[in-house]
Amino acid sequence: MNLAIVANVVIQGVLTGLVYGLMALGLSVIFGVVRVVNFAHGEFAVVAMYAAYLLFVTLGLDPIVALLPIAAAFFLIGYVLQTVLINRFVGRAEHEQFILLVGLAIVIVNGLLMIFGPDARPTNLSYSFDSYAIGPLFVDKARVYAAVGALVVAAALFGFFRYTATGTAIRACADNLTGAAVVGLDIRRLYALTFGLGLACVGAAGALMVPIADASPLLSQAFTLLAFTIVIIGGLGSMAGALVGGVAIGVSEALASFFTAPSMKSMFSFALLVAVLVLRPHGLMGRRT
Amino acid sequence: MRDLWSAVPRRGRVILVVWIALLIGAPAVLDRYLISIFILIFYFAYVGQAWNLMMGFAGQLSLGHALYAGLGGYVAAMLWFYFGIGPWLGVFAGIAVAVAFGAAIGWLGFRFGIEGVYFALLTIAFAEFTRIAFDNMAFTGGAGGLFLLYDAQRSHEWWNLRGGPLLFYYLGLALAVGAAILTAWLSRSRIGYQWLAVREDQQAALALGIDAFRVKMIAVLISSGMTAIGGVLLAFYYNNLFPAQAFDIGRSIEIILAPIIGGLGTIFGPIVGAFILTPLGEGLIALTAILGINAPGAKAVFYGLTLMAIISLRPDGVWPWLRKMLRLEESDS
Repeated sequence: MNLAIVANVVIQGVLTGLVYGLMALGLSVIFGVVRVVNFAHGEFAVVAMYAAYLLFVTLGLDPIVALLPIAAAFFLIGYVLQTVLINRFVGRAEHEQFILLVGLAIVIVNGLLMIFGPDARPTNLSYSFDSYAIGPLFVDKARVYAAVGALVVAAALFGFFRYTATGTAIRACADNLTGAAVVGLDIRRLYALTFGLGLACVGAAGALMVPIADASPLLSQAFTLLAFTIVIIGGLGSMAGALVGGVAIGVSEALASFFTAPSMKSMFSFALLVAVLVLRPHGLMGRRT
Repeated sequence: MRDLWSAVPRRGRVILVVWIALLIGAPAVLDRYLISIFILIFYFAYVGQAWNLMMGFAGQLSLGHALYAGLGGYVAAMLWFYFGIGPWLGVFAGIAVAVAFGAAIGWLGFRFGIEGVYFALLTIAFAEFTRIAFDNMAFTGGAGGLFLLYDAQRSHEWWNLRGGPLLFYYLGLALAVGAAILTAWLSRSRIGYQWLAVREDQQAALALGIDAFRVKMIAVLISSGMTAIGGVLLAFYYNNLFPAQAFDIGRSIEIILAPIIGGLGTIFGPIVGAFILTPLGEGLIALTAILGINAPGAKAVFYGLTLMAIISLRPDGVWPWLRKMLRLEESDS
C-alpha cells in the first residue's frame, strides 16, 4: 500500500470534515442552547447549496463569496422561524418537536424537488480540477478553499460567543436557564438569535459544500444524520467538539470509501457513533453534565 | 378480557362493535384500490401500536423501528425464497432475529445510560448500519432487492401468505385488533404500571424497587417482536424487499407518525392516527391531480404542512380530543 495515496485520502477527509464540522456546529449551537433537535438541519444545508448554485449560475458568484449573503439570509430565516414557530415548542416533549421539524423537513425537501427536480446540479468552478502539489501529495484547491472558509466562519462564531456581551448571554442561557431568566436576560430574543446563528452556520456550510458535492434534494436526510452523528461524536455543547467530530467523520468516510466501497462509508460512521456512545457517552470533547 | 371489556364505556362498546362489524363487512363493497388503502391503515395501526408500547408506555424514543420490520420481512422472505419454508414458520425466525437486534440495542442503550435523543440516534444508527449492510450483501439480493415469485397455482395457500388482497385485509385487521387488545391488557398489568413509573420518573421508580433496566428491556423485546410480524405481512403482500426502503429512516418515521398524531400512550391513538394519515396521503395524491399540480413532491409538501399543523394544534394527539368530543371518557382510569 502506497503511503502517499493514503496520506492524500486522509488530507482530503480532513478538508471535507471541516466543512461537515461547520454544518454540525450549527446543529450543536441550536441543540446546546435552545434544546430543540433540528431534524431539518440537512435540508437547510441543501437549500443553501441550491442558493449558492443559483448565485453562481446567474451572477457568476464564487461560493466562497456567496457564503456571506447566504449566511446573512439564513440568519434572518432562523430568527423568524424560531420566533413564530419553534419557540412554542421549546421545553415540550422531544417527539412533538420531532414531528414539527420532520414536517418542516418534508416540506423543504419536496419543495426543492418541485422546483429543481431530482437531478443533481453540479457547480463547475474554474478551479474545480486544480490542485496543489506538495511533494508527493496532491491537495484539491476547491477543498482547501472550502476548509479555510469553514475555519474562518467557525472562528468568527467562537469569537462572538467568547468576547461579545450577547454571546456571553447566550452561553449563560445554555448553562443555567433559570439563572439567566433571573438576571433579566430576554430569553426569547436570545433563542431567536441562537437559531439564526445556527442556521447561518449551516447556510455557510452549504455554500462551502457546493465545490465538494453536487446539489441534490436527496442529500438532505444524509446530511441531517451526518450532522447528528458528528455532534454526538464530538460532544454536545462543545463547539470545538463539532469540528473535531467533523474531521473524525470526514477522515473515516474518506478511508472507508478508499478501502471498501463509497456506498459503505456511512456504515463506518455509524459504527464509530455506537462506539463513542458506549465508551464516551458525552462525546470526544464533551463535558459531563 | 372481561375486565378490559367492562372498562369500556357503554357508548364506546356500541361504537367499537359497529366499527369492527363494518370493517369485517366492508370488502364486500370496496374496490381493489380502497382495499389496498385499508391494508396500509391496518399495517400502520399495528406497527404504530408496537412502537407506542415502547415510546408511549415505557417512554423510550426509537427512531429506527424500520429495522425490526425490515428484518422480520427479510428473514421470512429469505427462508421462503431459498428453502421454501413458509412464513407461518418463518415469522418466528423473523421475530427471533428482530428481538435479538432489539435486545442488543436495548442492552447497549439502557446499560450504558444512553437516553432521549442519544438513544434515538442509537436506534437510527443500527437501522442505517443494517440498511447499508443489506445493500452490500449478495445473498439478500443487495441493493437490487429481493423478489418473491407470485405463483398463481399456489395462490390458495393462505397459510403461506400466498393470496389476494382479501387475505391481507383480514390478516391486517386481525393484527391491528389483536395489538390493541394486547396493549390494553399490558397497560393494566403489573408491567404496564411499571412502564408508566419508569417513563414518568426513573429515579423514583428505582427507589420503589422497580428494575428499570428489566422493565425497559421487556418493552423493547415485545415491541421489536411485534414490529417484525408486521414486516412479514408487508413483505409477502408486496412480494418485494429493497434495503433502501425496508430499513430507510423514512419508513421509521412513517411508523411513528400514526401513534403521535393519534395520541401517544393511548390504546386507540395509533388506530385513529392510521385512519387519519393514510387516507390523508392518498387524498393528497387525488387533490394534487385535481388541481393539476403534477410536480413530484407536491403531495408531500401538503403532507408535511398538515403534520406541522396537527402537532401545533393538537400536541397530545387527536384521540384524546376525539374521545372528549364523543363523550367516551373512561370511567375508572
